[in-house]
Amino acid sequence: MNNWNWDIFFDAFPIVIQGLGITIGLTFACYIFALVFGFVWTFLRRIPYKPINWIVTWVMEFIRSTPPLVQLFFIFYALPMVPVVGVALDPFTSAVLGLGVHFSTYIGEVYRSGIEGVEKGQWEASKALNFSTTKKWTKIILPQAIPPTIPMLGNYLIIMFKEVPLASTIGVVGILQMANDYGAQHWRYLEPLTIVAILFLVLSYPSAILVSKLEKKMNRRFDKKAPTGSKPLKEEGKGAVM
Amino acid sequence: MSEQTLQNEDKTDQSKSKQEPIVKYEDVHKSFGDVQVLKGINLDIMPGEKVAVIGPSGSGKTTIIRMLMTLEQPTSGHIIVDGQYLWHMEQDGKLVPANEKHLREVRGDIGMVFQHFNLFPHMTILENCMTAPIHVQKEDKESAKKRSIEMLEKVGLGDKLDNYPSQLSGGQKQRVAMARALVMRPKVMLFDEVTSALDPELVGEVLEVIRDIAKEGEMAMVLVTHEMEFAIDIADRVLFLDEGVIAEEGPPSQVIENPTNERLQTFLHRFRS
Amino acid sequence: MTPRVRLPHPGGLTLFLMLDQSFYKGVIIIFSTIGEVFPVLLKGIEITIVVLVLSAIFGYLFAFIAGLCRLSNNLILRKFTGFYVEVFRGTSLIVQLFWLYYAIPMLFGFDLGSNLLAGVLAIALNYGAYMSEIVRGSILSVAKGQTEAATALNMSRFQRMRFVIFPQAVRMMLPEFGNYLIQMLKATSLVSLIGMTDILYHGNILRSSDLSAAPTVYFLVLVFYFIIALPLIFLTRKMEDISKKGVAS
Ligand SMILES: Nc1ncnc2c1ncn2[C@@H]1O[C@H](COP(=O)(O)OP(=O)(O)OP(=O)(O)O)[C@@H](O)[C@H]1O
Ligand SMILES: [Mg+2]
Repeated sequence: MNNWNWDIFFDAFPIVIQGLGITIGLTFACYIFALVFGFVWTFLRRIPYKPINWIVTWVMEFIRSTPPLVQLFFIFYALPMVPVVGVALDPFTSAVLGLGVHFSTYIGEVYRSGIEGVEKGQWEASKALNFSTTKKWTKIILPQAIPPTIPMLGNYLIIMFKEVPLASTIGVVGILQMANDYGAQHWRYLEPLTIVAILFLVLSYPSAILVSKLEKKMNRRFDKKAPTGSKPLKEEGKGAVM
Repeated sequence: MSEQTLQNEDKTDQSKSKQEPIVKYEDVHKSFGDVQVLKGINLDIMPGEKVAVIGPSGSGKTTIIRMLMTLEQPTSGHIIVDGQYLWHMEQDGKLVPANEKHLREVRGDIGMVFQHFNLFPHMTILENCMTAPIHVQKEDKESAKKRSIEMLEKVGLGDKLDNYPSQLSGGQKQRVAMARALVMRPKVMLFDEVTSALDPELVGEVLEVIRDIAKEGEMAMVLVTHEMEFAIDIADRVLFLDEGVIAEEGPPSQVIENPTNERLQTFLHRFRS
Repeated sequence: MTPRVRLPHPGGLTLFLMLDQSFYKGVIIIFSTIGEVFPVLLKGIEITIVVLVLSAIFGYLFAFIAGLCRLSNNLILRKFTGFYVEVFRGTSLIVQLFWLYYAIPMLFGFDLGSNLLAGVLAIALNYGAYMSEIVRGSILSVAKGQTEAATALNMSRFQRMRFVIFPQAVRMMLPEFGNYLIQMLKATSLVSLIGMTDILYHGNILRSSDLSAAPTVYFLVLVFYFIIALPLIFLTRKMEDISKKGVAS
């Protein structure tokens, strides 16, 4: 611990924190992109045509099981070189596109689980009542499908926040890049990187608590578990009474 | 079931002899938070005795036997098993709360069958029965296996040894649960409404097995039940539990067939209709 | 609701392709470079897999240790592991990686020795923290009746854990563990940032020597990762089946 230097800490702090605006801004930009683009996946997956369904499923699988870091590089370095359709994007936009698309595949699944969580009877009821398609979705399905997904969507915001520093690798100057620059200039990485870690912790930990509170509240309100990938499994466990 | 079990001598022979009780409750109280569930239970159970516990829902029937199985700790009072304190141990002449080791020593005499079977879903039927004898009683594997198979045959499941619990009916599961408990050769066996989670048509087969076990005689049994006919049939003694105390006790001919207690009458009336 | 899928009119497609001669040139470049790029990326596979395997082993190990510690009766142990879990879940992996690689040597005056150690440790500690929650949750979600039945058979605390709780909890953990294995694979790409010569590192080298090869390079890099991920995807699905049944073997 003898190597810790508070002077450097206080010297670096105001510099590192200058990147906070970009980091948070990028988080929200990516998040909103993912929220919107997630709908596209959900929509595409509902196309009742096997081959398209199959292709969409595997494209999503491809995007979510390959590193977002490589996807960022692809968009930043490779996209401009692609013939005809290629465009050069600035680092910020590249990051929004890269991380946004990557996470949209997860968000799409969240939407899907929400929609599938709406009981069968509700679909039948809206059919029996002879609702139009628009009415069915806006009045019956979505009002029930959305609330249980809110905590999960909240979780993804926090996950997104922690993923955003990846963008420093293509030159987005958030807190991590600020710390790296400071480190390179002064050859002191310890304090600036610790500042970055503290900033992440201070911002994400309370948010995580908030989300889990929200989750508990929602579960109570809807008297069922929010549908996630992991939840059905937990229920399995509860049902292990034999 | 097999003829073997039917050959056994009359159950009354052993239980009548002058012996120390195998289980003794001394002024046992139990509260959950502010709610007082048991308000002074005094009870002797003799070796080989069959005791039926009846009473309205929430009267504490389950709690009584769960304390004996060490699943619930009494708030005050003593439970003595085969001359040894269950929840206490003597240290320098003083009674101190029991530790895990002491509990394990004393509760080895007790076995229990649950309302919801609680079979281990990841083990086959045979493994469900074998695991405890081998690892808890340190019996060698071959003899534990042999005894487990015998026991499963006795409850009529000799052909299901390698099945998993999920592949069985409720009645079959409950019979496995009994075999699993019996393999441990307990001196006292506790049954907590073992038929109430079953479909009506499956109740008979389970009661049949309990009857057979009861006929063998040497094991004491405490049965929490709502099956009055069954209680009359096999119990030496019936306890009526009401508002945290034993409100009435005696042979079934007296407690169930000629009740004097008013609340007991109303309680029984509901079963007659 | 049913969306109509319209394929482009054949005439339109031809027109589109005729728009730009450079399109053909581009396609030719992309295909002709595949042959050069492929063997170079292949060199990085070994490192990627080594980092993945080591991270997974230590990640699961940390997950079990931390998950069990958080269930222990010892308050200090519980608080301490709770702190570890919250810190590593609350900060980013890339920050942890840089911290271990750049800051640790300054703080304690010693190097972690190699970038392999720093990389594996960062990934394992990070995902170990996430997965410890799975371990803890799965153990807690084994039905209470199971513990009670085991107690009724006079099993000790340890025996209850070993024979009854743990085997059931592990089955519940499997699908999540599979998912996290894929997450860890993705995370291994970060070690290229601290100079390890994995797939992405070789890709970056290729790109910096020839910018126009970037599309081929990064697309192939993605394909490489996907090929490694494929067995893990199927493994995860298999584990989902196993866990649904509750009775494996
Ligand atoms: N773990 C617990 N925490 C709080 N209250 C409990 C707990 N277990 C039992 N009780 C309460 O104690 C009372 C007695 O419960 P018990 O299960 O012994 O009743 P019972 O006679 O077996 O009823 P039933 O016929 O419905 O099974 C009930 O009011 C119940 O709500
Ligand atoms: Mg009960």
